[in-house]
Amino acid sequence: MTGRAAALVLTATLLALGTVPDPAAAYRVFVSNERSNTITVIDSETWEVIAEFPGGNRPRGITIAPDGSELYVCASDDDTVRVFDPQTFEELHTLPSGPDPELFVLHPSGNPLYIANEDDNLVTVTDVRTRQILAEIPVGVEPEGMGISPDGRVVVNTSETTNMAHFIDTETFQIIRNVLVDQRPRFAQFTADGSLLYVSAEIGGTVSVIDPETGDILHRITFEVPGIQPELLQPVGVRVTSDGRRVFVALGPSNRVAVVDGESWEVLDYLLVGQRVWQLAFTPDERYLITTNGNSNDVSVIDVAAEQVIRSIPVGQQPWGVVVAPQ
Amino acid sequence: MLRVDYPSLLPLSRLDLPVPDLGLAGAELATQDNATTGGFLGHRYALHSVTTTPEEAPEAFATLMDQGYRIVVLLAEGPEILALADAAPPDALLLNARETDEALRGEACRANVLHVAPSDQMLTDALAQFLVWKRWTDWALIHGSHPADHALAQAYEMSARRFGARIVEWREFVDTGGARVSDSGHVQVQRQIPVFTQNMARHHVVVAADASDVFAVYLPYQTWEAAPVVGSSGLRPVVWHAAHESWGAIQLQNRFEALAGRPMREEDHLAWLALRAVGEAVVRTNSADPAAIRAYLLGDAFNLAAFKGQPLTFRPWNGQLRQPILLTDGRITVSVSPQDGFLHPLSPLDTLGPDRPESACSAFEETAP
Repeated sequence: MTGRAAALVLTATLLALGTVPDPAAAYRVFVSNERSNTITVIDSETWEVIAEFPGGNRPRGITIAPDGSELYVCASDDDTVRVFDPQTFEELHTLPSGPDPELFVLHPSGNPLYIANEDDNLVTVTDVRTRQILAEIPVGVEPEGMGISPDGRVVVNTSETTNMAHFIDTETFQIIRNVLVDQRPRFAQFTADGSLLYVSAEIGGTVSVIDPETGDILHRITFEVPGIQPELLQPVGVRVTSDGRRVFVALGPSNRVAVVDGESWEVLDYLLVGQRVWQLAFTPDERYLITTNGNSNDVSVIDVAAEQVIRSIPVGQQPWGVVVAPQ
Repeated sequence: MLRVDYPSLLPLSRLDLPVPDLGLAGAELATQDNATTGGFLGHRYALHSVTTTPEEAPEAFATLMDQGYRIVVLLAEGPEILALADAAPPDALLLNARETDEALRGEACRANVLHVAPSDQMLTDALAQFLVWKRWTDWALIHGSHPADHALAQAYEMSARRFGARIVEWREFVDTGGARVSDSGHVQVQRQIPVFTQNMARHHVVVAADASDVFAVYLPYQTWEAAPVVGSSGLRPVVWHAAHESWGAIQLQNRFEALAGRPMREEDHLAWLALRAVGEAVVRTNSADPAAIRAYLLGDAFNLAAFKGQPLTFRPWNGQLRQPILLTDGRITVSVSPQDGFLHPLSPLDTLGPDRPESACSAFEETAP
């Protein structure tokens, strides 16, 4: 009897296990450490740091090919983009980027790369296969944020001193629209269906919700946390769930990530993360959002469904950017 | 832009030697930045720069007015600013990018002058907050013998009282004239300064109030006691310095150096700020009317990103630009004030300089909300 009961319990346990969702897929998370000149690699199943490798001088913007074959890093003080093998962490080659590359965005097809050159008021378009510069597009003063529409037809650059989002046609390399936003726009993010564009303004303290078809600003998201100076609520990184329902905004020195309703644009919650949070990246399954916390030398992991911070992981010094490899 | 050049001796350090395009280069960069933005909006900007003497300043200003210019950045001292403000036609807007005298923001304020330059007490408060944060609360104050030095010493006294520091020793360094530099002069300095600073009450720091550049640079490492020197040398409160890199400042430094072929000085930064503020108002109001620009700058909607980590705004009661102050040893940004823990119901930036209830300015009452 006893053995039979034990077997039943065991069966029940197995059934229970069978009903929970598949365990999280293990992804590799790459974090650029601006100060220590390294890239930290984290396993998203164990959340252990599995490697740290040299990333060039002052690595900031970081992204990965859609097929996971190449990792791209803006090595700002080297005036180049360094390309790494995401499996072996070997440096493969460099790409011409124009001076002081800070942030970039890859075409959804994996080529080309659109790079903001802060010092030259330019966006440089670089072919990642031929390693040639295809175009240099004059934009406003201090270009930084780069976003691309899901269909790849429009790339948006934000200029930090001009305070505009510049819409660039990716076929003609011409600016087709300029939208004035608030002070020091840092980041541009389209929704997955391309119907909305979110642009954060670090010093203005707002995120503009823009209709990309018309250029109209539909709404300005503002932030307020009791006990925190409004000047410290500085929006930088923005990520939107693929269903468009949730917008996550990194709020810099307020050490918080705002959770925003993607339809009403109400701020639902503020999640406490590490210090001076700037950039964000989802895991490809969107179960987790990873935040880079520059002044506490760590990344925070947010459970997206629960909208809770579940852990923090020490990385190198002054973590800046983050990207998660597809499987 | 109107720059008034005053007769003066050479600076004590040749690193501070005057440059011919002082301030003008900053104004030029701001105009380029504004024009880049304006290019996307169909706005055009033109800069006309004039340098003059104190005697000829009224005439130079009148000529600018005759030529139709109505927005003028002034790199000038208090008496000239007041004279030009009072002589200006009613539709002119002046921006002070140099004078730190408190009175210009107080009892002598003028409704047609906005102050981009910080006041003396904004600077001394910025340093005082840092010293109090460090708990270096006992100060030996050494000031010069000129009126501007006395005014600066008074500002330090006020700052000490505001933030809970004590001036335990006052000394005056009398300017006896003579050449600024002599060959191997350091030999005498090394003997004279220790003696001058002997037998002072126990202090944590030596605060130098030397607006006239007569003695402060001689103090570090030469004092009798091993106390750090702050104020006019050592750790200095400044609007800008060439090593400041944070909050994207490196981009402004690079842009300026590419244009001017030299590092950006405070006067350049202030001129840049003044014209960037104007450009921002033009962009947001779609108007070049000085009255509309002034109203926008003093209103709630205005804020300016200026590589200091938070937006700059104007105090509507006296036209003073609120701004963080850098503390530098000349090599690097040591700290930035306001310091953590100095609180204010409206804006921590208003912990720097006299606050609204203390203001003696009445010229802005019609416009201040």
